[in-house]
Amino acid sequence: MNESTAPLLEVRRLKKHFALSSGFLTGTQQVVHAVDGIDLAIRRGEAIALVGESGCGKSTLGRSILGLTPVTSGEILLQGERIDNLSQSAMRDMRRRIQIVFQDPFSSLNPRMRVRNIIGEPLRNFKLVKGRKQLDQRVAELLELVHLPPDVLERFPHEFSGGQRQRLCIARALATHPDLIVFDEAVSALDVSVKAQVLNLLAELQARLGLAMLFISHDLAVVEHLADRVVVMYLGKIAEIGPRRSVFTHPTHPYTRALLSAVPIPDPQIRRERIILSGDTPSPINPAPGCRFKTRCPYAFDRCQREEPALLVQPTGQAVACHLVAEGRMPAAGRPPAEASLAR
Amino acid sequence: MPLLDVDDLHTAFRTRFGTVRAVNGLSFSIEQDETVAIVGESGSGKSVMALSIMRLLRAANIEARGQVRFQGRNLLELPEREMRRLRGKDISMVFQEPMTSLNPVLTVKRQINETLMLHEGLSWNEATDRSIELLRIVGIPAPERRVRDYPHQLSGGMRQRVMIAIALACSPNLLIADEPTTALDVTIQAQVLELMWQLKKKFRSAVMLITHDLGVVAEVADRVIVMYAGRAVEMADVKNLFKNPRHHYTGGLLNAIPKLGSSLTEGPRQPLYEIPGNVPSLRQNIVGCAFAPRCAAATQVCREIGPTMDELAPRHFAACHHPLDAGLIKVRQ
Amino acid sequence: MWTYVLKRLLTTIPVIVVVAFIVFSILYATPGDPALILAGDNATPQQVEEVRQRLGLDKDFISRFYEWSGSVLAGDLGTSLYTRLPVVTLIGQRLLPTVSLVVLTFLIAIFVAVPLGVVAATRHGSWVDRLGMIVSVLGFSVPVFVVGYVLAYTFALKLGWLPVQGFASPQNGIWPFISSLILPSTALASLYVALISRITRSAMLEVLGQDYIRTARAKGLGEMIVVFLHALKNAAVPISTVIGLGFASLLGGAVVIETVFSIPGLGLLMVTSILSRDYPVIQGVLLLSSITYVILNLLIDLLYGLFDPRIRY
Repeated sequence: MNESTAPLLEVRRLKKHFALSSGFLTGTQQVVHAVDGIDLAIRRGEAIALVGESGCGKSTLGRSILGLTPVTSGEILLQGERIDNLSQSAMRDMRRRIQIVFQDPFSSLNPRMRVRNIIGEPLRNFKLVKGRKQLDQRVAELLELVHLPPDVLERFPHEFSGGQRQRLCIARALATHPDLIVFDEAVSALDVSVKAQVLNLLAELQARLGLAMLFISHDLAVVEHLADRVVVMYLGKIAEIGPRRSVFTHPTHPYTRALLSAVPIPDPQIRRERIILSGDTPSPINPAPGCRFKTRCPYAFDRCQREEPALLVQPTGQAVACHLVAEGRMPAAGRPPAEASLAR
Repeated sequence: MPLLDVDDLHTAFRTRFGTVRAVNGLSFSIEQDETVAIVGESGSGKSVMALSIMRLLRAANIEARGQVRFQGRNLLELPEREMRRLRGKDISMVFQEPMTSLNPVLTVKRQINETLMLHEGLSWNEATDRSIELLRIVGIPAPERRVRDYPHQLSGGMRQRVMIAIALACSPNLLIADEPTTALDVTIQAQVLELMWQLKKKFRSAVMLITHDLGVVAEVADRVIVMYAGRAVEMADVKNLFKNPRHHYTGGLLNAIPKLGSSLTEGPRQPLYEIPGNVPSLRQNIVGCAFAPRCAAATQVCREIGPTMDELAPRHFAACHHPLDAGLIKVRQ
Repeated sequence: MWTYVLKRLLTTIPVIVVVAFIVFSILYATPGDPALILAGDNATPQQVEEVRQRLGLDKDFISRFYEWSGSVLAGDLGTSLYTRLPVVTLIGQRLLPTVSLVVLTFLIAIFVAVPLGVVAATRHGSWVDRLGMIVSVLGFSVPVFVVGYVLAYTFALKLGWLPVQGFASPQNGIWPFISSLILPSTALASLYVALISRITRSAMLEVLGQDYIRTARAKGLGEMIVVFLHALKNAAVPISTVIGLGFASLLGGAVVIETVFSIPGLGLLMVTSILSRDYPVIQGVLLLSSITYVILNLLIDLLYGLFDPRIRY
């Protein structure tokens, strides 16, 4: 096994819990099980998407990987070395190799810093350049990488549009030649036409630089376009994980199916059977035993109340955590044919 | 007579940096029982348009001109007292952010009762009964208990349902929904859209749905109006818009959205279509077609003369000097 | 809700203990020797020592604090070094004028400042707003005693409408009672009104920009209901906070105003006691006013629960 197939980043049995009240007067302690036992491996140059709705833990997982929040238990390994238990100074070096781009292009950039300093700060911080001339040169290279004109070093963030600001954030993230960039809902706040620009840019960067990407999103169409592998999360656990085509062509977990069927399709000719889930997402505080999805699952039966399902690999290529699937009783449903025309 | 007839609406904000023309000559109409989707990106003026119709833009530096005829009366000329009678009763509105659109210090009961007591003259108890009924209709479980809750005790999806209950309480003729599901999770969005679809039929309201999400438009709308830089650029029945977009901006939007099913195709991934350039600044007075700087088919005429909204096919209008040919689904890149 | 109330009540107790400790310690640390002053300039060192022992001023710090706390809890605040009267009696004599002054000021301030702030916010940018804010800047820039003297000069000396000084007990008639308090209360309120009107204005401005106000207007509700029910209730929390915190300046200002207008209240008592180093009286008055302040803020904290349900649950 050579280096290129060994995973770049590995997450093992990761848990992140937040304690709410101390339970002093109220009795039981309220613990939010944001991430509750996740195993994940990201290879070099791979684009992995974390998909799920609010409360599923995808953002918390992204932040744990970056060391922005300490883990409760489990391990995170970067090229075989643990990075979840590092001292402050050791973490600094790790930060060079994993970077992040956030959701809001308006609050992610310091309005008082010029472009040169925004992108140059990591270069100076990690001593990647010597002197002003080298700095400017490198910044211009990075701007060119993200398709921004090289002569904007003196400008401030408010002089750019939302999509351009997001590109500045991407250039800043690329400055240290990271192995992995985490994109936390990085295109969600952008308009449709701008989203397309940024998504194309990301695909290009991945191909050109061999960049590994952890793409966190709630937007399935975007994920299908960009990801190599997809992880569907629900209430802190993985419901389904596998190659893009497997998950989108043969969604197996009931939640994945509901999620896919809920996405409105921009084609009025297509009318399909929508799976409308009942009720709201339950709270991640002190979750009940058994499968997390049981309160909304149309197929839930008695085993789901007692036992948590394990991730099992399916013949279609992905791993699914569901008792019905494990027992081979999940009704088959591929993607609905593209031209099913049932008049409204 | 159309229920709502917007005629050459202009809304401008006078700021230190110049006048921002958020709505720049918009005309369209909505009939009874119709669901019309207003589609646009940020800077298109769609939200400002809705607030102008409701006359909710109150600052001294905002000016709205033109005619907004609702059941024949021009809303822009109505005295404020008259306008208040219409708001919440004949025209009501649902906003985007359910987390902040309900008053955090007042109970759900009070916030629904208020409308009923004001517009329908009900007493507090009568209004409470009706509120509970409304909560039941919008699918909130245990409504007798929920009605006494405060907004922070409800989830985002439930808050949005409460907003819908408030908006429909007095059976309005027109419901304006400004990005009602954008802030919600996709499975909750599906629930709320399903709900709105059923309620619209039950209450027989016309709906003006403002959104940037073309998927939602395809699901819910009868007719679509595409806005760009404060103006309407295309208006059509929903099927025709998606099948035969005539304006280059519409075509660009349809090509730019990533679509589910892209993984079914063999071969390497295709890049998404990008509309080059940026939305124009609304501070400048735009000469000619607002989309011309970004349009592959723009000519000198486009840059000099503003296009008029022409009927290119029955009930299909576009404001373009060189509209896309009918039947062409993909825009030339 | 009740856990919140209970927690607040419980946390008030350590606050009061710390306050008592500080009150006690400050006087212990100030320069000046009461024994010396009492004994007189001609006293011999032995006589001074004798006075010191008689008054218990020679024991060590902790035991003095312990003894003092014990007697306070029993209701005994000690005896004045100069008048030999129990401190409690002295305070009792001076209580009515001060309480009347403070309460009247408090009411004037709230009923003037809050509407002023609301109007300034709803007419943001207009001349009413600007004028109101200029007046409030004057209110907290001009020292309270200057305001007091100016008012006294204008309305009492020159125009003769109101008494220049002194305090009339309500037993002697309601109008003399009120009229003796009008000028002092107004002077004292100037600072308080300034603070409250500014916070009201800024809190209201922030609230009026919120989405739920837009929703309220979209329902067709009248402007009065929108402002006074929907908006003000949300602004109530920061406004009450400032009312609570600003009360300290009210108490401090009361000392000055009582001096200016010769009102025989606790403030004046405080001033004379400080000048004569009458420790027990100083401690007693200080303790009383500190505890009043703590209790007022406690009440306001509890009131939050009424205004904002998110604090309750």
